[in-house]
Amino acid sequence: MTLTARNLSLAYGERRIVDNLDLDIPVGKVTCLIGRNGCGKSTMLKALGRLLTPTGGAVYLEGQAIHTMAGKAVARQLAVLPQGPVAPEGLTVESLVRHGRFPHQGWMGLVTKEDERAVTEALAVTHLLELRDRPLTQLSGGQRQRAWIAMALAQETPILLLDEPTTYLDVAHQIEVLELVKELNQTRGRTVVMVLHDLNQAVRYADHLVAVISGRVEAEGRPEELMTPALVRKVFGVDAHIFTDPDTGKPICVPRCLVGVGREENAGGASNPTGNL
Amino acid sequence: MRRRWLLWLLLIGLVAAIALSMAMGAVRIELGKLLAGDSVSLMIIKNYRLPRTLVGALVGAELAVAGAMLQSVTRNPLADPHVTGVSAGAGLVAVAIFLAVPTFPMPLVPLAALAGGVLAGGVVYAVAWRGGIHPGRLALSGIAITTVLAAGTSALLLKYSLTANAAMVWLAGGLWGRNWDHLQALAPWALPALGCAWLLGPRIDVLALGDDVARGLGAAVERERGLIMALAVLLAASAVAVAGPLGFVGLVIPHLARIVSGGSFRRLLPVAALLGAALVVLSDAIARTIFAPAELPAGVFTALIGAPYFLYLLRRAAL
Repeated sequence: MTLTARNLSLAYGERRIVDNLDLDIPVGKVTCLIGRNGCGKSTMLKALGRLLTPTGGAVYLEGQAIHTMAGKAVARQLAVLPQGPVAPEGLTVESLVRHGRFPHQGWMGLVTKEDERAVTEALAVTHLLELRDRPLTQLSGGQRQRAWIAMALAQETPILLLDEPTTYLDVAHQIEVLELVKELNQTRGRTVVMVLHDLNQAVRYADHLVAVISGRVEAEGRPEELMTPALVRKVFGVDAHIFTDPDTGKPICVPRCLVGVGREENAGGASNPTGNL
Repeated sequence: MRRRWLLWLLLIGLVAAIALSMAMGAVRIELGKLLAGDSVSLMIIKNYRLPRTLVGALVGAELAVAGAMLQSVTRNPLADPHVTGVSAGAGLVAVAIFLAVPTFPMPLVPLAALAGGVLAGGVVYAVAWRGGIHPGRLALSGIAITTVLAAGTSALLLKYSLTANAAMVWLAGGLWGRNWDHLQALAPWALPALGCAWLLGPRIDVLALGDDVARGLGAAVERERGLIMALAVLLAASAVAVAGPLGFVGLVIPHLARIVSGGSFRRLLPVAALLGAALVVLSDAIARTIFAPAELPAGVFTALIGAPYFLYLLRRAAL
């Protein structure tokens, strides 16, 4: 199941965010969109997930423009979890996960055996079987995020889009969620696209990185090749050391300072602190 | 299993409330005489108390279900049928008819009020629309339109203050004098509408998760929300048209029902409907007995019971 963007233009009202974007999501891999706040990476993810209608171009799912497809038909192939979702008060874990079956149900909304199996499986994979009857409000941040991911898993789609799934979580819960994503990719072959803020987590958990500046793709590729001091400086506007992680062999980025702030070798060159070239 | 017991319990509660409502009133009815076939007792029950009670039950169920729908799809725990402008719209039309067109045939008042309520609901929705519906904008638009309509109602009441009595009674909300004709007018709307609400259950649940999540699950968010709100407005407007604006039923009962039912809208609906019906039936029974033979409007008691709970909710919602 391929997911691609061609000539994609996106805007919020008058404000243009993305112009003529071409993007190919690698099948069966974990892709991470990285970039600064407001660079348009979340907007791109929303468009890939059919949450935002393009002003030009289109997103294609297996060659078909998703904005011309029926919502439920798309939702059977592609699950998308927006940033910081909030459940209504009193909703239990299992009730939430059941909503993941909505795109598979008809007008009557009748629950089939297949639905029951998918819900139980999603709860099992996310280790939430014991918590299935608990209201979401009683869970920890990590558990709650797992419950939302379980809802998206119950959709049983080949593609999973996650917008900052680790926001508001402490480090342990962040790793809990990212390990789950990795497991889903490796054992179930799901194609995953994530927006992540933490550069090192992106490098560690992604097979493919897409660096975004001002609504366009600055560079993309394997983290090992992409992660250079020059790119970090360009994308994030910080000078950084890049080391090699002794555990994974992947690069680790240690930011030193903002570009152009108190560093002698910058005196003549990049003095633009926003880094928008 | 627990859920089934709960529903039976609620159903028994409603039947008890209806039985109580049969027994209570200006005239005391003794079970023994009734069973013996006393014609006066039978006549009172059959012609007055039974239809009135059934109208009350239906109206209460409609308001509670409409409130539950609105709270879910606008993700606003303080939404209810009145903030959509429905009550104010129906009220203005009814008062205008009572005062300005005294020759208007009385049986047609509910129909006119229904039109007024639906129209006002439509105006609120249209004003709030800007490429989509934002819950905050909808609430503000509802408040603004309601205020304008209420001002119009007040102006009418003051201008015709000498003859405003009937209109005032209608505005307080109540079931006095409601009979089989009202039930016949209401039931063909209300019952299918409640059935439709049940059918829309999964969509209502999905919309309650927020626009982006709902869209991600494949819901056509704006179209479905429009449809659900139109149905809620129809339910509320038909209830208000027959019984006047009974306060707090649509606000409080859905919360109460949610606490006891949990989970999905399809579980919530019967619980909310039974609780709403019971609240209105009981309120009406109390309202017509407490100062018998004089009657108070049932709306006074739904408000007396509902308002404290509303304040409790406000405190808990941490707004």
